[in-house]
Amino acid sequence: MSKVGIIGDKGSVMGFLALGIDIFPAHEADEVKKTIHKLAERDYAIIYITEEASLMAPESIAKYKDFELPAIIVIPGITGSMGLGMNEVRESAKRAIGADILFSE
Amino acid sequence: MARLNVNPTRMEMTRLKQQLKTATRGHKLLKDKLDELMKQFLNIVRENKRLREEAEKSLEDAYQNFIIAQAVMSESAIGESLMIPRQAVSVKVGKKNIMSVNVPVFDFQSEGGSGDIYPYGLAFSSGEMDSAMLSFSDAMEPLLRLAESEKTAQLLAQEIEKTRRRVNALENVMIPNYQETIKYISMKLEENDRAGTTRMMKVKDLVLKRAIEEKKRKEAGA
Repeated sequence: MSKVGIIGDKGSVMGFLALGIDIFPAHEADEVKKTIHKLAERDYAIIYITEEASLMAPESIAKYKDFELPAIIVIPGITGSMGLGMNEVRESAKRAIGADILFSE
Repeated sequence: MARLNVNPTRMEMTRLKQQLKTATRGHKLLKDKLDELMKQFLNIVRENKRLREEAEKSLEDAYQNFIIAQAVMSESAIGESLMIPRQAVSVKVGKKNIMSVNVPVFDFQSEGGSGDIYPYGLAFSSGEMDSAMLSFSDAMEPLLRLAESEKTAQLLAQEIEKTRRRVNALENVMIPNYQETIKYISMKLEENDRAGTTRMMKVKDLVLKRAIEEKKRKEAGA
């Protein structure tokens, strides 16, 4: 059995506590990076990360993209969506197709 | 195109022809694989997009309710009420094979949550907190499905990129190289052939000339 974790600023991740997701408040870039690697090494299958936090550690997120696990999923923080999550979808489409055909409409 | 560095012999040519055949076959197979992968990917990435929209929408609702709850309750009261979660989410990770790409399948189990998601007594918390928790637990399901779909899309994208590189390498480098080399060898061999024929003709001429001279001398002597 694997676990689910969430990384982000305290205000955003607080609410997830009640759902039984392990929360990892992190505000500094170093903290975020370290937490990502730590969780990836441990038995976490899904790591949610807020958009703000994802900006601090783009390399760490990209690193795990090609592995089967963990799935690192960018979600909007409590301050609202910046469209970064959708950007991830767009990126994988671009990578596969070579052009941004899905979102051109 | 660069020609391979091999000896122009018949044996080498047979070997190369075999390799060319294999390469062509591999190229065709990989191209088919790429087509199918692309087909699957398009469906998945569309689904991915839809799920993300859905998840972000429900998450937004949850955050909004949570902000309202934060406004009503003090921070310490919130921390206190959330401190001991009632349930624990765990994931069973399965595997699915899409065109020989292993993608994870997540199966979720909430433990301990006996239908009640509130980790606190209702007496000391506000109603806003209750609705925040409710909308968070509503957001859970789309979020989890999003995780699965997004990871699948990422893995497939990676595989497609890899396959396309292989197809391109075969199509634009390997196969032309083989063809070029085979052509070079066959031309070289034909050239050798012609050289051999010419040499034979020359030798024949020489032998004939000598024989005629011999005959003439004999006739003159006789």
